Amino acid sequence: MDYLWGGMLILGIVYGSMTGRMAEITEAALDSSKEAVSLCITMTGVMCFWVGMMKIAQESGLLKALSNKLNPVLSFMFPDVKEEKAREYMAGNIIANLFGLGWAATPAGLKAMEELQKLNRGDKSTATKEMCAFLILNISSLQLIPVNMIAYRGQYGSADPAMIVGPGIAATAISTMTAVVFCKIAAWREVRM
Amino acid sequence: MKFLMYLSDACIPILLFIILSHAFMQKTKVYGAFLEGAKDGFKTVISIMPTLVGLMCAVGVLRASGFLDDAAKWIGMVIPEQIFPSELVPVAIIKMFSSSAATGLVLDIFREYGPDSMFGKIVSIMGSCTETIFYTMSVYFMAVKVRKTRWTLPGALCATAAGLAASVVLGKMI
Repeated sequence: MDYLWGGMLILGIVYGSMTGRMAEITEAALDSSKEAVSLCITMTGVMCFWVGMMKIAQESGLLKALSNKLNPVLSFMFPDVKEEKAREYMAGNIIANLFGLGWAATPAGLKAMEELQKLNRGDKSTATKEMCAFLILNISSLQLIPVNMIAYRGQYGSADPAMIVGPGIAATAISTMTAVVFCKIAAWREVRM
Repeated sequence: MKFLMYLSDACIPILLFIILSHAFMQKTKVYGAFLEGAKDGFKTVISIMPTLVGLMCAVGVLRASGFLDDAAKWIGMVIPEQIFPSELVPVAIIKMFSSSAATGLVLDIFREYGPDSMFGKIVSIMGSCTETIFYTMSVYFMAVKVRKTRWTLPGALCATAAGLAASVVLGKMI
């Protein structure tokens, strides 16, 4: 992470000096930090709201019912996570992702990471295999209906904006399947080593 | 189509309704629970804020320097046209860093080729099966202060590559 971040900045500055874009870089650095803070402020509201809602669902037992429904999936992907809270948050994140509720998915995902970190018995600065698997699954994108994309297609005069739903699901299934296979192989190699 | 749009609009209100009515049936103290969760959520955001500032600055600088766009062009030149259309390489690359920037590029492609062209279809599918890898990874890992991410990045790239390949194949088919 240290090298990645520092490298990105240095690469940007060196490349920018070659292409003569120093002014743009200054502007970008300052603008981006401003943008990040305003994003955080927006996110604070959303985060408070969704984690609050999730807490209600947790205390009423709704989240538990959902995570029980997802039990086969969770047990398959995360066989070593027995702890209730971590499973509930992961289930919440997966479901929110499926329905394209990105704003609800992130809070659940972050809470799930916190719970997984509590279960981390080794070095706390190193990811556990559950964390890796959970993130890869997240990045493989589980979305069923790409609402934004359909809206953009409509805006630009597509004859059938929703035609991509089927292929989209197929492509998502393929990327998610690849993710699952990758995680399984990586976890298996780790056990053997 | 109309139904689908309605469904996407109604999704969140329905979800809230289900959560609350279920909680009432179980006699949960809803407001107390909400406040407790909200406090929790607040703490999480504050803890990831420095990460976001750092990350967005780095991506912003890299984009402003023109490196991302040029790198996408170079990669596009190397990859044979039959496997992955070079016009779409920038979208695929930028998407890994920034979702909003990628959306801008997708809209450019819609404008230029039309959403129902082959390129239009491919980017539409691509958008629905790929995620912002670097953004997601840094926010999630930084929230719990993990620095060694082990096989997350290779796995994420693998899944994304599979998704991209699938989009191209499917986009050409339909």
